[in-house]
Amino acid sequence: MISVGGGASGSGPGHMLHRFGSKAIDGKGRISGRVLLRLLRFVKPYWWQMCLATLAMLVSSGAQLLAPYLTKVAIDENIASGDVGGLVATSLVLAGALTAAYLASAAQSYILAWVGQKVLTTLRADLFRHLQHLSVAYQDRHIVGVTISRVISDVGVINQLLSQGSISMIGDSLMLVGTVAVMLAMEPRLALLAFSVMPLMVLASTLFSQRARVAFRETRESIGVVIGDLAEDIDGMRVIQAFSQEETTQERFEAVNRANRDANIRAMSLSFLFLPVVDILSVAAMCIVLWSGGLMAARETLTVGVVVAFLSYVARFFGPIRDLSQLYTTLQAATAGGERVLELLDTPPAVRDRSDAIEMPPIDGRVELRDVSFRYDPDKGVLDHIDITIEAGETVALVGPTGAGKTSIASLVARFYDVTEGAVLIDGHDLRDVTQESLHRQMGLVPQDPFLFPGTIADNIRFGRPDASQADLAEVASLANADEFIRNLPEGYETRILEGGVNLSVGQRQLVCIARALLVDPRILILDEATSSVDTVTETLIQDALERLLEGRTAIVIAHRLSTVRNADRLYVIDEGRVVEEGSHEELLEMGGLYRNLYERQFIVWGEDGE
Amino acid sequence: MLRCLSYLRPHRALVVGAYLLLLINNGITLGMPLIISHTVDQGIRAGDASVIRWGAVALLGLALLRGVFTFFLGRWTEVASQNVAYDLRNAIHGKLQSLSFSYHDQAETGQLLARAVGDVDRVRFLTGRAILRLVEVVTLVLGIAIVMMVMNLRLALPTLVIVPLLTYVALSFGRLYRPLWGAIREQISQLTAHLEQNLRGSRIVKAFAQEPAEIRRFDRLNARYFDLHMIASRTRAMYLPLLRLIASAGIIVVILYGGQLVIREELTIGELVAFSTYVGQLLVPVRRLGMIVSAIAQSIASGERIFEILDSRSEVEDLPGARPAEEVRGNVRFEHVSFSYFERNPVLKDIDFEAEPGQVVALLGATGSGKSSVINLVPRFYDPTRGRVLLDGHDIRYLTVASLREQIGIVLQDTTLFASTVRENIAFGRPDAGEEEIIAAARAASAHDFIMEMPQGYEAAVGERGMTLSGGQKQRIAIARAILKDPRILILDDATSSVDTETEALIQAALARLMKGRTSFVIAQRLSTLRQADQVLVIEKGRIAARGYRTAEHTAHDELLRTSGLYAEIYYQQLRPRELDGRSRKDDSL
Repeated sequence: MISVGGGASGSGPGHMLHRFGSKAIDGKGRISGRVLLRLLRFVKPYWWQMCLATLAMLVSSGAQLLAPYLTKVAIDENIASGDVGGLVATSLVLAGALTAAYLASAAQSYILAWVGQKVLTTLRADLFRHLQHLSVAYQDRHIVGVTISRVISDVGVINQLLSQGSISMIGDSLMLVGTVAVMLAMEPRLALLAFSVMPLMVLASTLFSQRARVAFRETRESIGVVIGDLAEDIDGMRVIQAFSQEETTQERFEAVNRANRDANIRAMSLSFLFLPVVDILSVAAMCIVLWSGGLMAARETLTVGVVVAFLSYVARFFGPIRDLSQLYTTLQAATAGGERVLELLDTPPAVRDRSDAIEMPPIDGRVELRDVSFRYDPDKGVLDHIDITIEAGETVALVGPTGAGKTSIASLVARFYDVTEGAVLIDGHDLRDVTQESLHRQMGLVPQDPFLFPGTIADNIRFGRPDASQADLAEVASLANADEFIRNLPEGYETRILEGGVNLSVGQRQLVCIARALLVDPRILILDEATSSVDTVTETLIQDALERLLEGRTAIVIAHRLSTVRNADRLYVIDEGRVVEEGSHEELLEMGGLYRNLYERQFIVWGEDGE
Repeated sequence: MLRCLSYLRPHRALVVGAYLLLLINNGITLGMPLIISHTVDQGIRAGDASVIRWGAVALLGLALLRGVFTFFLGRWTEVASQNVAYDLRNAIHGKLQSLSFSYHDQAETGQLLARAVGDVDRVRFLTGRAILRLVEVVTLVLGIAIVMMVMNLRLALPTLVIVPLLTYVALSFGRLYRPLWGAIREQISQLTAHLEQNLRGSRIVKAFAQEPAEIRRFDRLNARYFDLHMIASRTRAMYLPLLRLIASAGIIVVILYGGQLVIREELTIGELVAFSTYVGQLLVPVRRLGMIVSAIAQSIASGERIFEILDSRSEVEDLPGARPAEEVRGNVRFEHVSFSYFERNPVLKDIDFEAEPGQVVALLGATGSGKSSVINLVPRFYDPTRGRVLLDGHDIRYLTVASLREQIGIVLQDTTLFASTVRENIAFGRPDAGEEEIIAAARAASAHDFIMEMPQGYEAAVGERGMTLSGGQKQRIAIARAILKDPRILILDDATSSVDTETEALIQAALARLMKGRTSFVIAQRLSTLRQADQVLVIEKGRIAARGYRTAEHTAHDELLRTSGLYAEIYYQQLRPRELDGRSRKDDSL
């Protein structure tokens, strides 16, 4: 999987990615205890499995700690005294211990993976459910890629903390304490001497993990820039070739690519520096044991077996220290990821069913916006005291300049948002008093961008009514003028739609969207008129299908074409969040206001380049 | 695999150096237990303090040496393999730019990205650490085996039984795990795809009240992902500790059998210690073996995917002896041109027409009639299957692609802008353009005013794919981009998408200014274009079904209305009603 991450330099491609990425990666990165605690709560349902895993870990580390001791027993007692029977017995105990260690660590690793994946599955499912209930407002303001990386990548990072991290922290600490305890018990003088390298080790680890954090963050950010740059160049390849800018873009790409390479080399060099240091320190500790232990053994104040056992304990001693020092980095990444996931989970849905919300009864179709004001941001008004009444079965067109608030009005009727002031009523019911589901079931939407899901054409038409029969499909498709082209496709209704619907033309996608809306037989229809040009034949088919779709339903059309506008029962001209004019096409032309103005501007241009 | 490795050639000094250091390090690793063994036997047991001292010092010295070597060998390998990744990514990027449109028509962005990022990373790993580790494991195991056998053949043989056993287990783990991992990756990409589509279509999901169905679908994918992960975890939980168990069995052999040899005085205690240390040393590299083997297999597959891109041949290339186009006047002639994207299925059949310098040629026809294919042949986005396209009398295949495209400006409805500033986007075709030129181009494109209204003006950031701008604004920037380039030939469609009427007027005016004095090919959606055109070609099913010319007496439109039934049909049935509906009353009187 590709993770699209941060970015670096100011201008140039990819710097938007950078903005979102670096916000996600976060500057300093401190570990937040609050986040940690809340994340741990996800593990709580599995507490007894975690106990089991901890137990298994204790068994396996205990058994492993036993091995050097048993070797010492074999050397000092059995071999030294020539006791073959004892040697066999010791070996058997050792074999038993190692088998126990095997079983325990297999169990531990499996249980941890199980718990980890359970938690992840739950987290992902929770996030997905939450996303379904977040209002359109959230989706409008967040980039899809960023949300995806929260659900997929950030959740993955948390796993490292929850299962692997927490257990290995306990495991490493226990191993460390156990090793220290055994060494001290066996030979305190030698143990203390061996520990003398520990401060150096701690120092090296801290120095390293600080630097490594920065260095590895740079690698993540720089690969994000590489991905962003490449993605953009692929998307814009036609333009690049049309403008013959291959060399410039290649140079730019090589620059970001080089930055990524260098960041990687820097980061890896740091680890290559750290590992030998650990290695040297552990050999140094072994040398101390060999030297002083050897001298003691030579003076016979110590047995050879103890020295040998110490040598292998020292080797075991450094692993956990190294792991623990690196754990901090894991912990930090996990809490940062966790914070982002929790933030998403904590985002309250802007539109929520009231606890006493009722089912919307079958809709007759009278829609009323009563003194409605609406704003996305507290300080930025979008709609300002709107009053619109639509009788059942009427078609109403909203016209006005881009950004006037037409889409916001339609979105309020669909209750994608709740009004800031005033009320939206359908058949006299305030929309806030009914459940969203019962409302949406009786509503249809034809979006401006004809969005289709991956799957077959049949799946897409069936989207709002998955149980519809094949005959139903064919019927609505015919009404939508889509049946003919669908039948002409090699696989008919079972033709798979590729990502982005690229295997259908824009016009065909619009027809499928109309069929989809027809199938649910909505009482209220919201139609955001598609405006990208299609050829004239298809255009006629679409207009014709739309007329059938609008028949007998209350419809709100966001109109971009004056042709639609003439067929509407009434027009509302919206400007800067207000209804400035209202009436039929002819009445509005008479009025000589904004509508006429808009209309004539077109007219004038026609005169200019027409002759 | 060999081809992956060939990318290491420019960095061979580093690679050879790294491998030499690796061998030395393996020697040191092998030597250490010998020193310990010697110290135990000759120093501790013999009570010779100077042997102990020297043993410890030698050990520390060797460790220091090994440490320094480890650093350099790691760094050199990393530098070499990072350079391989760097070279590969540059090569992919360069290749993609040289591939013609027919390649990009079929390639998916996500796929290409996955190859340039994930697959290149895997090849980097192969050329770097993967092979290094493999060599390390093999030489170390061989070395250990030899030292053991020299030291004591009778103990060595039973102990070394674990080596083939370990290798077998490691390899079969790799074999089992690899397909599982592939399935997991596949599943996560399905999960991601579902999530992405759900988010992109969130309005539809809500409007059709399909949240529960979407949740069920996600849960199903999520559950399958969990199951796959658990199969993989079970495999890992069984195999990885098993490797340790086998290696530990070696230690038991050493203690049990070796211990008896010591009792029979056929082995010294020191040698026993050395043996057990060696067995311990086997553990780490062998455990890695399974992972390395599976990683190598994955990298080879990745390499193949990368080379698939690098080996694709561009269908449009400079012919040997191609000359740059010079002093172009702008005469474009299509000579019996046929074209097909795939072998059968001709898209264009016998297209034959000539555009004089400065003329406007309007193309009219339904979607799929072939009019986009006609204009795509002019800048050589594709080459004709039969016939020729001539520019000022030269076959454009004998002109260099770059010089040809320098003469051509393109403004289409679907506008691609790059994530940088407004200024950089306008200057895209001419990065050296001066401030005044850019502003003049923006003014001519009716873009200057809205640009100045933005807080940062020309330095305003255009978001990911121009997200901060409206469709009409993007289109005007694209027009400015084409004006600044000042091409002799222009390709555009006269459609305006998702804009209010006022913006539309601005765009139309800008387009009119842009066409002035250039040979223009326009995909016509409006009557105004047809009336203004010097030549109108009606395309149907890949052929020119009708054509009309503008003369002093009449427009091409008038002529076609009289001469072509097809044109009249299109006009009266589709074009005219649409125009009359809202656009212009003036048309009524004509």
